[in-house]
Amino acid sequence: MHDQPSQKELIDAVKRFISDTAMPQLKGRAAFHARVALNVLDILSRDIANRKKNEEAELTRLQAYLECYDSGLKLDDYNKMLCKKISNGEKGLDDPELLELLWQNAVEQLKVDQPKYSGLKTALQPQK
Amino acid sequence: MIESLQNNLNALIPKMVNSGQTASNLTRLSGGASQETYAFEVQTSSSTVDLILRRSPTGIDRDTSTASVTLAQEAKLIELARNNGVPAPRVIYVCSPEDNIGDSFVMSREIGETLARKILRDNTYERTRKILARQCGDALAKIHAVAIDSLDWLQNRAGIAQLDRYEEIFRGFEVHRPILELAIRWLRDNPPKPSDTVLVHGDFRLGNLMVDENGLVAVLDWELAHLGDPREDIAWICVNSWRFGVTERRVGGFGDLNELLDTYNETSGKNFFAKEIDWFEVLGSLKWGIMCMTMYEVFRSGADPSVERAAIGRRVSETEIDIINLLEKV
Repeated sequence: MHDQPSQKELIDAVKRFISDTAMPQLKGRAAFHARVALNVLDILSRDIANRKKNEEAELTRLQAYLECYDSGLKLDDYNKMLCKKISNGEKGLDDPELLELLWQNAVEQLKVDQPKYSGLKTALQPQK
Repeated sequence: MIESLQNNLNALIPKMVNSGQTASNLTRLSGGASQETYAFEVQTSSSTVDLILRRSPTGIDRDTSTASVTLAQEAKLIELARNNGVPAPRVIYVCSPEDNIGDSFVMSREIGETLARKILRDNTYERTRKILARQCGDALAKIHAVAIDSLDWLQNRAGIAQLDRYEEIFRGFEVHRPILELAIRWLRDNPPKPSDTVLVHGDFRLGNLMVDENGLVAVLDWELAHLGDPREDIAWICVNSWRFGVTERRVGGFGDLNELLDTYNETSGKNFFAKEIDWFEVLGSLKWGIMCMTMYEVFRSGADPSVERAAIGRRVSETEIDIINLLEKV
């Protein structure tokens, strides 16, 4: 597949259109939605750049933690399995390995969704 | 649409304002699909009266998942709270079906700022930031002191009942998010001591609080009000999502919890302490995460295909990191 323009170039072009052309002509709720749209395109860029790597890392972590390596299972299946162990009390807050895994997943997700969120900074502080 | 609203509103002006004739400068301020807020003015023989119309258009279903009150009920709550000393707008007129405006009421337009980022950062509000936690404690104590015997039409949901409700919504989505699962498990395993049942505002946080340079002007947006545990309101304003980036100040990004609690306890005669707010703050983060999922669901189902509803689905992860940060300390 050709990539001229690349995903990044296309997204940047739409961002420039929104910020330089569309937004100055919009008012009220529409202007607010334009700002949200810019933000969405940033999420999209980060998602494209990180999803494959993040999902592989998450799968590896879940497999190791659950001690289950079944090539027939997808990432969501592993998360479902973990949810079950948490809800039935088998795994919980008293397990530092569980907290470490959940922390990793949350940090990687937030770096894509909202890298400037204050809670991410708190989570990354070396205070533990 | 705004023309027909204008005409129907004009017909009511003599009932609202002495010697008032028509509504002028009718402007939509904000609101989503099921809730609208308009500003307008009424000229009288001696002055201009600034008013607000809160309206839920007829024919649009209320968001049943959040179980909000009707606007006529909201008007009633604002009046009760105001009579109890809570800073709140004055309710001028509650519309009836024959007024053809929909479920709506008219209130005084208060002057002040509601944008959280401005309140937390502008020099104008420096003094306000210093006193606001205490003022919130006082206002909450007065909301929670409203007599509830005439409020049996409100939903009654204290801590665990809130958890039941939101867990049910969460299960309905059939998504697998282990952090939210852990929050639910922990909340179930560590239930709070029961407290009195009071009128709970339900959305007491920056964005719904109007301030000026001298402090709190009005408590707004009562649509999530219900009967429940007073600590729910105290914790909601502490939820990190409502600190708007100023994490180190637990109350709304501007104050300390002990300041709020001192004033609250003084006004109410209760004896709440900071540690017992933790449970409700975890519940608050969980609730906000599930609310974000609910709003995303409105997008996914096609009911409101706006980019705003889509984007909010990516805010669930902020509540997950907050839950992890909280659970590491409990």
